Amino acid sequence: MKSIRIKWHIIVFLAPAVLVYTAVMIFPLFNTLRLALYTEIDQTRVFAGLQNFQTLFGDPRWSESFWNALGNNFWFFFIHMLVQNPIGIALAAILSHPRLRFAALYRSAIFVPTILSFVIVGFAWKLILSPIWGIAPEIMDTVGLGAFFRPWLGLEETALTTLALISVWQFVGIPMMLIYAALLSIPEEILEAAEVDGITGIAAFWKIKLPLILPAIGIISILTFVGNFNAFDLIYAAQGALAGPNFASDILGTFLYRTFFGFQLQLGDPHMGAAIASAMFGVILIGVCIYLFGIQTRLRRYQF
Amino acid sequence: MKRTLRLAVLMTTTMAATGAFAQDVTLTIESWRNDDLTLWQNVIIPAFEADNPGISVEFTPSAPAEYNAVLNSKLEAGSAGDLITCRPFDASLSLYEDGHLANLSDLDAMANFSDVARSAWTTDDGSATFCVPMASVIHGFIYNADAFEELGLSEPTTVDEFFAVLDAINDEGSYIPMAMGTNDQWEAATMGYQNIGPNYWRGEEGRLALIAGEQSLTDEAWIAPYRQLARWGDYLGNGYQAQTYPDSQNLFTLGRAAIYPAGSWEISNFNAQADFAMGAFPPPVPTDGQECFISDHTDIALGLNPASDNADAARTFLEWVGSEEFARIYSNALPGFFSLTDFDIEQEDPLAQEFVSWRGECSSTIRSTYQILSRGTPNLENETWNASAQVIRGAESAEDASARLQEGLESWYAPHQ
Repeated sequence: MKSIRIKWHIIVFLAPAVLVYTAVMIFPLFNTLRLALYTEIDQTRVFAGLQNFQTLFGDPRWSESFWNALGNNFWFFFIHMLVQNPIGIALAAILSHPRLRFAALYRSAIFVPTILSFVIVGFAWKLILSPIWGIAPEIMDTVGLGAFFRPWLGLEETALTTLALISVWQFVGIPMMLIYAALLSIPEEILEAAEVDGITGIAAFWKIKLPLILPAIGIISILTFVGNFNAFDLIYAAQGALAGPNFASDILGTFLYRTFFGFQLQLGDPHMGAAIASAMFGVILIGVCIYLFGIQTRLRRYQF
Repeated sequence: MKRTLRLAVLMTTTMAATGAFAQDVTLTIESWRNDDLTLWQNVIIPAFEADNPGISVEFTPSAPAEYNAVLNSKLEAGSAGDLITCRPFDASLSLYEDGHLANLSDLDAMANFSDVARSAWTTDDGSATFCVPMASVIHGFIYNADAFEELGLSEPTTVDEFFAVLDAINDEGSYIPMAMGTNDQWEAATMGYQNIGPNYWRGEEGRLALIAGEQSLTDEAWIAPYRQLARWGDYLGNGYQAQTYPDSQNLFTLGRAAIYPAGSWEISNFNAQADFAMGAFPPPVPTDGQECFISDHTDIALGLNPASDNADAARTFLEWVGSEEFARIYSNALPGFFSLTDFDIEQEDPLAQEFVSWRGECSSTIRSTYQILSRGTPNLENETWNASAQVIRGAESAEDASARLQEGLESWYAPHQ
């Protein structure tokens, strides 16, 4: 007879993290999901089932705003994947080159914007790109490109892309750092063995290093995905809650803010807001699942 | 630490003993007027405190764009101040209905206000008034008088003259004809559409007809202002699409732009910033000699948080806010915010006097989208911001924009269905 002994020390050590995480993350999450199932009639909260979701996806006005925000969000993510990650990888590859001088200086300089507040970044770029006081028009003038300057943040076609590129500028340091670390962890012997086989320079990067850092790139992609679909601050700081012009830069975060808290004469609707938040949660959950089950399981890992 | 504590204990005991300052309370005011912080601290509050020992007042504003969201969260959480600055119409009405504003109909000071002045803070059936009206703002155009003199221009009275003036400034080339951007959107609606519109829809007559469902936004009177706005785009500065509200203010006060589509609330800021002479003209009328209308919008009031522990002191303050003394101090400390009381208040500032003088020549109305029409989703006011900015940018025609707004209104507002 062997009685099962409760391992108290495990419970004791896990308790603080579990309690704090439950109180500040899990409980609010489920409460938001619950809030989405209610509505308010005459100042009293009544259970409404999936009616909020029906409005969100069924009502032409709500669904138009929602799909517009979701589409914009995908474009925002697409620009990040297309620009931020390749640049991050390239920078990391250059930085890890053993003969590069002042590597530490470049590394910090590129990483610094990441720790700046969104408000500062949004405000600084708004000033830089301002057609009235900005330095962008003057710089472009001096190199003879003055005719190509446009008030990018104010035009429907370019506002979102401009904001995405500003965000890329701010966060390119993160993929750079993660991939830089991954590159440094590749043992010298492997590269030397490849050199013996005649694989050097650029070929060594494509054939040896890139396959070895793929897991890091996967992690970065999923971090970018979650970050982009939760994004709000930069758009709000640069364009305000109406995410102009004509909602061209409206993403799920700003749409949620306007709905939940209200805007100017529009009163806040916490229940519709919670429905949007649940939809955002769903989108991110699906994205993360696709990554976890579709991509990560297929990535090969190498043990050194 | 210990000493101050002992001192405090000593002081409280002496005060309790004398009994003269039995109630020593601090009232906190929630507001979105962060521009007025110094005026409240240096002029308005000291004037009140001098007459009312024992009550001290703190003015704690937040940023205008965040005010409603911040205030609602604070009220829900029970951490809001004693006195609450009221937005006009539905935002405050819903606060009253939710029990976050007290009924103030029994204040003696309410007798100093006309029904129109109270309309923005009274229930639909007129039974309760829940905020003490403080001020209204008047729309019009402020211009650089030195520039007008230099170019030999005079104040336009009709729309044709207005565009002739803009053309003249444009052709001469040293000034941007008009300082306004579409980045923040609200200027396009507030200083654009709501500024020039009343002349087309004949002020209150058209506004009330729209609420009653007798007129629609696709009527000529409501499309015409958009047609005029569509022509504005050519006279705004380079890159106006990305120009923000502070950009526009600075362009004008730095003397780079000649005309500024304005609300009277700009006056004190402009007086401080601009070093040239300024003048103002009311929105030009479409046909010569017609009756003129101005937007004289009930904008700001002060209400009482029922959860306040200092309700008696707060009511004392509110009685004072409705008095002639406050009206005189407030409208002269903040030229451009015109008192809504029935008292005859002399304006010391010439520009403010110019604005308020239009009340005598033209009929007053309030912004068309504020009462009742912004209750549903889509919100007509927010849609008007978007439509006005779109029309100025040339991204949407006046007819399409009006049709879109009308369709939105019809989707929830019974009188239009």
